[in-house]
Amino acid sequence: MKKQKSEHELFMAKNKYKRIQTIVVQVLILVLFIGIWELAAQLGWIDSFIMSSPSRIVKMLGELGKQDLWIHIGTTLYECVIGFVISTALGCVIAVVLWWSDFLRRVLEPYIVVLNSLPKIALGPIIIIWVGAGAKAIVMMTVLICIIVTIISALGGLMATDEGKVLLLRSMGASKWQILVKLVLPGSIPTLLSVLKINVGLAWVGTIMGEYLVSGAGLGYLIIYGGQVFKLDLVMTSTVILCFLAAVMYFAVALIEKFFKRRSF
Amino acid sequence: MEILKMENVSLTYQTVERETKAIENINLSIEDGEFIALVGPSGCGKTTILSLISGLIKPSGGTITLMGKPVDKPGSETGYMLQRDMLFEWRTIEKNVLIGPEIRRTLNDEAKRDAEELLKKYGLWEFRNHYPGQLSGGMRQRAALIRTLALKPKLLLLDEPFSALDFQTRLSVCNDVYDIIKTEKKTALLVTHDISEAVSLADRIVVLSGRPATVKKTFTIDIDAPTPLKRRERSEFGKWFDIIWKEVSV
Repeated sequence: MKKQKSEHELFMAKNKYKRIQTIVVQVLILVLFIGIWELAAQLGWIDSFIMSSPSRIVKMLGELGKQDLWIHIGTTLYECVIGFVISTALGCVIAVVLWWSDFLRRVLEPYIVVLNSLPKIALGPIIIIWVGAGAKAIVMMTVLICIIVTIISALGGLMATDEGKVLLLRSMGASKWQILVKLVLPGSIPTLLSVLKINVGLAWVGTIMGEYLVSGAGLGYLIIYGGQVFKLDLVMTSTVILCFLAAVMYFAVALIEKFFKRRSF
Repeated sequence: MEILKMENVSLTYQTVERETKAIENINLSIEDGEFIALVGPSGCGKTTILSLISGLIKPSGGTITLMGKPVDKPGSETGYMLQRDMLFEWRTIEKNVLIGPEIRRTLNDEAKRDAEELLKKYGLWEFRNHYPGQLSGGMRQRAALIRTLALKPKLLLLDEPFSALDFQTRLSVCNDVYDIIKTEKKTALLVTHDISEAVSLADRIVVLSGRPATVKKTFTIDIDAPTPLKRRERSEFGKWFDIIWKEVSV
């Protein structure tokens, strides 16, 4: 007689099947995309001079690897990480200050709203004149793009603290500092972590935009340069590297999130 | 011994639109070991009275004395328990219970031992390393009470502590809490809109009028039963319910 599977076993099997199915389709899409692209280029359906092709990208990657690819990657990564760290740290500190002071929050609210809607790239020329062309200007651009959103989201998280919990601590005689440290900050960890995730994306936007404006090295520089001299292989290759780096950084942040979610405060 | 005395206490709220008299000339005195229930129409300012006693807000007139001393800021004599348990999701049950001593900077081995004893006595010791999310509503409310007791307050202020629970759980948690309060020989002031809850728990029921709240009438409940659940079974229960209900609704 065949052994009957328990309901839970069936459920687990189905669950596993669903997971595998998702991954298979995800990989399939990537393979199909690359395959069709390559095929189309080989068969002349598309002009590989304009559209490039996977094989040309790989070739370009090899060429660049012999030259100064690592300098470009290093430059961009350095600018992006520094900008990310500065804007996240500074933005969170400013959010805490605004949480602390009702007065400051009321006074600064319209300024923050206006700064948020201002396209930061408009400040490009000013930044270049103030801090000079180079990595400093790019980091500055990254910080400008990230920081306002950081302040707004972090402050939102801090302000969303349960009033009842604040009341409870106040009834125990807690000081404002204690309320911040024991309740508001640990309670806002999930919001702050999601701010990190948003910032990873924005930091890349800032860095590449900064490099478009002013740079002598970096992936953004390669893209712009490649566009100007009509080397689409270079543009595509840099974009692919960029995709990869952004993904790595995102997963790094996701790991940090996982770490924080597992421990208590 | 008199724990709490409120004399001609009134409070007026100021808002941009108007001035609202929340409570007016409240006189109330609570003896050591008593269980008092404040009932009244909703929105009459019951919670405001608890906030005043706990020192979170200052009265516009009158005096409040606790253990012979005037109340001017939140102190260790009162322990406040709110509608929801307000446990911190990121702290274990033990750490939640120890938040009071932590805030008061009295977290030492003695405080830890006291908390341990309370947790053991009231069946939460084996859950001390669990997070609130892993506990049932009734257990969470018990943890909240232990958190309040960990500060050794003289007077417990209970602000509708059972209203967030479903009826079945409410009855048993009500029993639990009553038992704990009596075992620890605490004085308690309960605010509720649930008349049957008030009748099943209180030694004395103070009926408040609508806004601005004043003390309308005080009843001494003389049902002789060991627990709130047993009280509900007694024949006098219905009688008292009717009396209080009529007093609140008129």
